[in-house]
Amino acid sequence: MNGLTAFADEVGADGPVVAVGGRTQFDVGGAVDATAREVRAPTGIVEHVAAEMTVRVRAGTTVTELDDALSVHGQCVALPSWEAATVGGVLAVGHSGLRRLGWGPVRDTVLEVRYVSAEGRVVKGGGPTVKNVSGYDLPRLFVGSLGTLGMIGEVVLRTRPLPTFEQWFTCESADPFALVRSLYRVTSVLWDGHTSWVLLEGHPSDVEQQAGGAGLRAIDRGDLPALPKHRWSLTPSALRSLPDDGQGPFVAEVGVGVVHRELPQPARAVDPTIAAVSARVKAAFDPTGRLAPGRMR
Amino acid sequence: MVSVHQLVDDLRAHLAPDRVRAEPFELSLYGHDASIVSGSPVAVVCFPISTEEVQACVRVARAHERPFTARGAGTGLAGGAVPLGEPVMIVTTKMNRILSVDVDERVAWVEPGVINLDLTRALTPHGLHFAPDPSSQQACSIGGNVANNSGGPHCLLYGVTSAHVLAIEVVLPDGEVAMLGGFEAEPDGYDLRGAFVGSEGTLGIATRIAVRLTPNPPAVRTLLIDFLSVDEAAECVSAIIAGGLVPAALEMVAGQMIAAIEDFVHAGYPVDAAAVLLVEVDGSPAFVDGAAALVSEIGRANGARTVRIAADETERQLLWKGRKSAFGAVARLAPDYYLHDTVVPRTRLVEVLRKVDAIAEKYDLRVLNVFHAGDGNLHPLLAFDAREPGVLERVHAAGDEIVVASVEAGGVLSGEHGIGLEKRDLMPKLFSVDDLDAQARLRDAFDPDGYANPGKVLPSGSRCGELQRVPPGVWV
Repeated sequence: MNGLTAFADEVGADGPVVAVGGRTQFDVGGAVDATAREVRAPTGIVEHVAAEMTVRVRAGTTVTELDDALSVHGQCVALPSWEAATVGGVLAVGHSGLRRLGWGPVRDTVLEVRYVSAEGRVVKGGGPTVKNVSGYDLPRLFVGSLGTLGMIGEVVLRTRPLPTFEQWFTCESADPFALVRSLYRVTSVLWDGHTSWVLLEGHPSDVEQQAGGAGLRAIDRGDLPALPKHRWSLTPSALRSLPDDGQGPFVAEVGVGVVHRELPQPARAVDPTIAAVSARVKAAFDPTGRLAPGRMR
Repeated sequence: MVSVHQLVDDLRAHLAPDRVRAEPFELSLYGHDASIVSGSPVAVVCFPISTEEVQACVRVARAHERPFTARGAGTGLAGGAVPLGEPVMIVTTKMNRILSVDVDERVAWVEPGVINLDLTRALTPHGLHFAPDPSSQQACSIGGNVANNSGGPHCLLYGVTSAHVLAIEVVLPDGEVAMLGGFEAEPDGYDLRGAFVGSEGTLGIATRIAVRLTPNPPAVRTLLIDFLSVDEAAECVSAIIAGGLVPAALEMVAGQMIAAIEDFVHAGYPVDAAAVLLVEVDGSPAFVDGAAALVSEIGRANGARTVRIAADETERQLLWKGRKSAFGAVARLAPDYYLHDTVVPRTRLVEVLRKVDAIAEKYDLRVLNVFHAGDGNLHPLLAFDAREPGVLERVHAAGDEIVVASVEAGGVLSGEHGIGLEKRDLMPKLFSVDDLDAQARLRDAFDPDGYANPGKVLPSGSRCGELQRVPPGVWV
C-alpha cells in the first residue's frame, strides 16, 4: 500500500477533485466542474511474473509503455493502447479497442483495484490471482465508473499471450454478420455498409484456411478505414439497420455493437430503478460528491 | 415478528398453496446446502414460478420483517444459501425454463433454476455451449452460478461466469424489478451487472438471465501426463503457462486421489504416479496440433513419466469422467469430506501444497488434492468420519490454516465456491477495515435495510463505526 500513500495525500479528504490520465477520453461522461482540482495517479510497473500471466501496474502508466514491457515476455493486455492513454484512464472509461470481439471487454481484464476513496483512504477490491470470488467485485464496478467512485491508483491485470500470427483481411461481398458466426475465434470484424475488414489471429495455416474458406483478401493495416471520431454504443443486432438509419457514414464493430460515426450518439433513456440504485452507489462511495463532480450526472 | 401461520397465509395469497411449505421435512431439507455449515431454522420455503411471485415473496417477507434467502439447487459449498435469521427461503428450482436461444447472436435467456448442464445439452445441436462448467454442473443451477460467479476447469481459457452473463433481471431487496446490464456494447453508468454476479444473494434475486453462448471448438486434444513427484507436476504447470500457451483446462490430481478415482471410474489413471495433469487444448486444428506437441514436450522436459493423448472422443470423455467423479470417489474412502477452495499464485503451488500436507498431518487428517492447477485454484479435500469425536473441530481448524497459508503465499480466500458463511469471518485475513467498509457500502446501496441473505459474505463490524445491521426482530 505504501506506494499509494502519496497519491492518497494528494487526493485528500475534501474539495472537488478529478483524476487525469492521458486526456484521450477526458470528455466521456460529461464535463467536470471547473472547480475540481486535477490529480494524477502514480506511474510504473510494480511487478510482472510471466508465469502468472498477471501484472501489477500503477494507474498513471501508459498502456503503450505497459505493452512494450510485456512484449519482451511475449505478452500483452487486452486494453486499447491509444497514444498517451493511461491504464487508469482506460479502465475508468471502460471503452475497448478494435479487438474486443476476440479479446473480450475491458472489464474482464481487471483482477484487483487499489484506489483512493473519497475519504482519502487507500482501498483494495478483488485480488491478485487470476481467479477469485472473495467478496464483492469492486474491480468490475470501477471499470467505466469515470472516476466518480474513487481514484484508481494501482491495478492487477490479466495478461494474454501475444498472437503468434495475425493478419487483416478485407471482403466486399460478404455478409459481416455471417462472418462473425462462421469464422472461429475471429478477433475483429469491421463494416462500413459495403466493405468488411476482418482480423484473424492464430496459427498461420489456420488463419490461411479460414480466410480462404470465407473468400477474404489479405491487406496491410494501413488499408483499414479511418475511424470517425464519435463512438456509439448499440446492441450487436442493431447494427444491421445502420445503412438505413440516415445518420451518415459509419464503421461498425460487428458482433460487438460499437459504432464509429461523425455525429455524436443521442442520449439514451435510463431506467429509473437503475438510476436510483446507481445514485445510491455513488452516494455510498462519495457521500459529499467531491469525485469528478459533473460527470455521470 | 408476526406468527409463521400468518406469514404462510400471506405468501399463499400470491403463490399456489402447495408452493408455500412449512412442514418439518421441507424446513429441514431447505435449511442446508452441500456444505457442512449450519445456520438457523427456516420460517417457510417458497417455490415461485415467475418474477412476480419472487417479487411477492420478497414483499411479504419484508412486511413480516423477515429476511429472505434465495436458494438454487443447494450445491453450494460455502453456506451461501444456509438460512440465518429464520428467513423466508425462496427456492428457484421451479423456474427452470430455457426461455429462448438466439443462435445467430449467441445468447440464451434462461430462468435461474435451469441446470447448468441442461443448458449445454440443449445447445449441442447448435454447436454451442455455456462455458462455465463447475464440477457440480449436472446438478447446479445457473442462478446459483450467477450468485457465486462459478468457475470450473475450462474457465482457465474461457473465464468464469461473470464473463458469460450479459444481463440479469433481478428482484431487488426492496421488491422492485430491474434489468442489470444488457446487450448494448458500452452502456453508460455503473456496471451493476458486474457487481451483482458473485454477490451470493445479498443484492437481490435473479429471475431471468441472459447468458453468452460459446461456439464448440473445431478441434480438441486432451492429454494425461503423469509424474513421480508433485513438485515436478507443479513445475510443469508453471512451465506450460510461461510457454505462452493458455490451455482450455489444466487440472491436477495428486497422491491418493489418483487411486481413489481409478478404483471408482477405471479411466486408466496410473495409480502409482504421484501426480497426474489433465491438460486440454482446443481451437483451430493447426493450433491444437502445435499446442498438444508443445505441452507434451514441456511435460517431458519437466520429468513426466508418460504422456497419453486421448485417441478419440470416447477416451477423452473417460479421462474427464475421472476428474469429474473425484468427489464421488472419495465417498469410498471416508463417509464425510470437507472440500476447500483457495487460490494461490500458480508459481507457488509447490510450496502451498507442501504446507497443506503439513497442516493435514498436524491435525491427523487425510488430505486429497484434485484441483484447477492452471489457475492456481486449490481444492484440498479433508476426508473424515464425522462419528469420530472431536474430528469436526480439527477439520475446521485445519481448514482455517489452509486458508491462511494460501493468503500468506499471495493468494485469496476463494476461487469459485464463494465466501458465504464458511469464510465470512476470514475476510479480514484478506481485506482491511477500509476494504470491508467499501464492500459494505456497495451492499447497502442495493439493500439499505439488510433483508437480502443477511449475515453472509461480510463479517459483523464491516461497516465503519457501526455494528452489523439486521432487520428488527431477527435472530442471527
